Amino acid sequence: MSYFEFLAEYFPKLAGGAWVTVLQLICSALLAAALSVFFGILRLSRSRVVNGIALVYIEFFRGTSLLVQLFWIYYVLPLFGFTLSSFEAGFVALGLNFGAYGAEIVRGAIQSVPKAQWEATIALNMSPALRMRRIILPQAFPILIPPAANLTVELLKATALVAFITVLDLMFVAKQINATTWLSVQTFGTALIIYYVLARFALTPFLRWLEFLAARKMGRA
Amino acid sequence: MTDQAFPLELPDDAPMVRFSGVTKRYGSLTVLDNLDLDVNANEMVSIIGPSGSGKTTVLRMLMTLETINEGVIYVDGKPLTHMPQNGGLVPANEKYLRSQRSNIGMVFQQFNLFPHMTVLENCVEAPVHVLGIAREEAEQRALDLLAMVGMSDKKDEHPTRLSGGQQQRVAIARALAMRPKVMLLDEVTSALDPEVIGEVLNVIRHLNGEHNLTMLMVTHQMGFAREISDRVCFFYGGRIAEQGTPDKIFSDPQNERTKQFLSAVLDAG
Amino acid sequence: MEWRWDFTFEILPRMLWATGNTLLAAAVGYLIAVVMGLVFLLAQRTKFAAVNLVTREIVEFIRSTPLIVQLFFVYFVAPQFGIVLSAWTAAMLTIGLHFGTYLSEVYRGGLEAVPRGQWEACRALNIGPARAWSRIILPQALPASLPGMGNYLVGIFKDTPMLSTIGVVELMHTANALGAETYRYLEPYTMVGFIFLIISLPTAAALRKLEAFVARSMGIQK
Repeated sequence: MSYFEFLAEYFPKLAGGAWVTVLQLICSALLAAALSVFFGILRLSRSRVVNGIALVYIEFFRGTSLLVQLFWIYYVLPLFGFTLSSFEAGFVALGLNFGAYGAEIVRGAIQSVPKAQWEATIALNMSPALRMRRIILPQAFPILIPPAANLTVELLKATALVAFITVLDLMFVAKQINATTWLSVQTFGTALIIYYVLARFALTPFLRWLEFLAARKMGRA
Repeated sequence: MTDQAFPLELPDDAPMVRFSGVTKRYGSLTVLDNLDLDVNANEMVSIIGPSGSGKTTVLRMLMTLETINEGVIYVDGKPLTHMPQNGGLVPANEKYLRSQRSNIGMVFQQFNLFPHMTVLENCVEAPVHVLGIAREEAEQRALDLLAMVGMSDKKDEHPTRLSGGQQQRVAIARALAMRPKVMLLDEVTSALDPEVIGEVLNVIRHLNGEHNLTMLMVTHQMGFAREISDRVCFFYGGRIAEQGTPDKIFSDPQNERTKQFLSAVLDAG
Repeated sequence: MEWRWDFTFEILPRMLWATGNTLLAAAVGYLIAVVMGLVFLLAQRTKFAAVNLVTREIVEFIRSTPLIVQLFFVYFVAPQFGIVLSAWTAAMLTIGLHFGTYLSEVYRGGLEAVPRGQWEACRALNIGPARAWSRIILPQALPASLPGMGNYLVGIFKDTPMLSTIGVVELMHTANALGAETYRYLEPYTMVGFIFLIISLPTAAALRKLEAFVARSMGIQK
């Protein structure tokens, strides 16, 4: 069959898979963002215990393989009584993994806020919570966006692995189609193109728009 | 410490600010050496001297930006750097510092305005969230202060759009919005282009004349210091080498170092 | 569910052998990527704008799409064109291409970190391009590139489990096989995670020390 015929028959299925991919991306990105901010701030704590906890989380999830983490959460965790659906296991593992990388980005960004800003908040007698919430984090935000944007594109690519814990995402659908038709070039080629379009023409412009918004908030646009 | 040299509270007629035997070290370097300094209520004291003499450290310690190695600092009769415990004084914890810190305000050399907030928001942020003042009231006060420093028309601008002189005037308004009893001015014109220095000095002049404010100013603007100070302290090597009225210090310095410094400064000026 | 130590020690030899295979896969894949990185870098700096542009687009495409999909593409497509690829070969090829694109960006960043003035000084001293590159520019680009190069070495190592999905017998594949054979997944999967940890963490720390050492020994501020 021609490529056109291939697309007519199989594109809807691939699109369905792509939709699941996007959902995985959104859910894991939100989880990862929350974990990044939380552990990124903890990592700056002067308490060795608090700092240590954050360090353990970060080093553990950065030091082990995502696929292993996916398998462990989906297949081993139920043995301890925590059963997650494949979709849940997927974005939880992704969120935990990328949250660890994100935490270092958040930490770096907070440390990049000029020390003088911290001193200004002391002079105005602000509490640490107020200082972080209203002054430091808002200024860390534009700084962390470029590396966070790169990380988000990595996250999109990483979602392909959830196919191996039976999440019906783009990769899973592609494998299925390939197994039944053996039209590997068309199948995986189209899948690659869809990922490329998602990354370059949807995700990246969105992230650049976020960067623009953040710069404008700082009065710099 | 229960040393009688450091009472738990000063008597009612005590000065607004008192440095009592204050020493500050960075490693092996002694920046302030057993400093005794009194500043009375509503007094305007200028601190001058060469760099490294400890002038800025005096202000930073008063603003609790630096810790103290020896001695005690009192503000408004109560200890600032230490807190009473079991009949004696122990180094203050963060909670105690926060209870005392609002008495003191500081304006920095680099202004340090919050870039992600407008001018008005900069002046309202701390009064609302730290002092718990209602937003309308805080805004009104901020507007009054901005009018006083001549920045009313820029209230919705971001700091990055303002000149250095304009930002510094906003910084003064921001510090005043907290109604401090003591205002610290740390070389507030040193980072400004010459043509905007005057507008900032005008504001300080006004503050000094109109408000009930105790002020400590570190500056290189000798003429200005001479004009508005009640007292001038010349710092050298972590100690006060000489202090007195502006006339005395500038026209008739007694100390060798004071003379050297003043002649070097006035030559360069 | 109880952890069984006897089972753990029973499967340990097989796991260790698989670890060796994993390390080999990572090392070979990395070496290919290092070379491919240079190829991609130079192919973007030719005298022909068309070549530069096409290479750039290829690099962007490879960097923006998942390694796992590329892996399957290479492994399943090659036979359709008459090229018989073992899983191992397909894996090494794909890793080399994929991470080669990342490394070309690292090299580019390293080159850009060399101040423009260095090139101009070479001009002024009439140092030819070959010497300029080898004696002046590359030695300064190296410390700036090392962190990125180190990161991707560890990255490739941690991505090796993906290779199990096309049948390369490394750690993940072995753990899966053991799980399927014995119906016990707890010990194999946990051991895999643990082995990755105890290899990647010290390696990352050692790499950072190496970077600092190189930067210091070249007298360059880090």
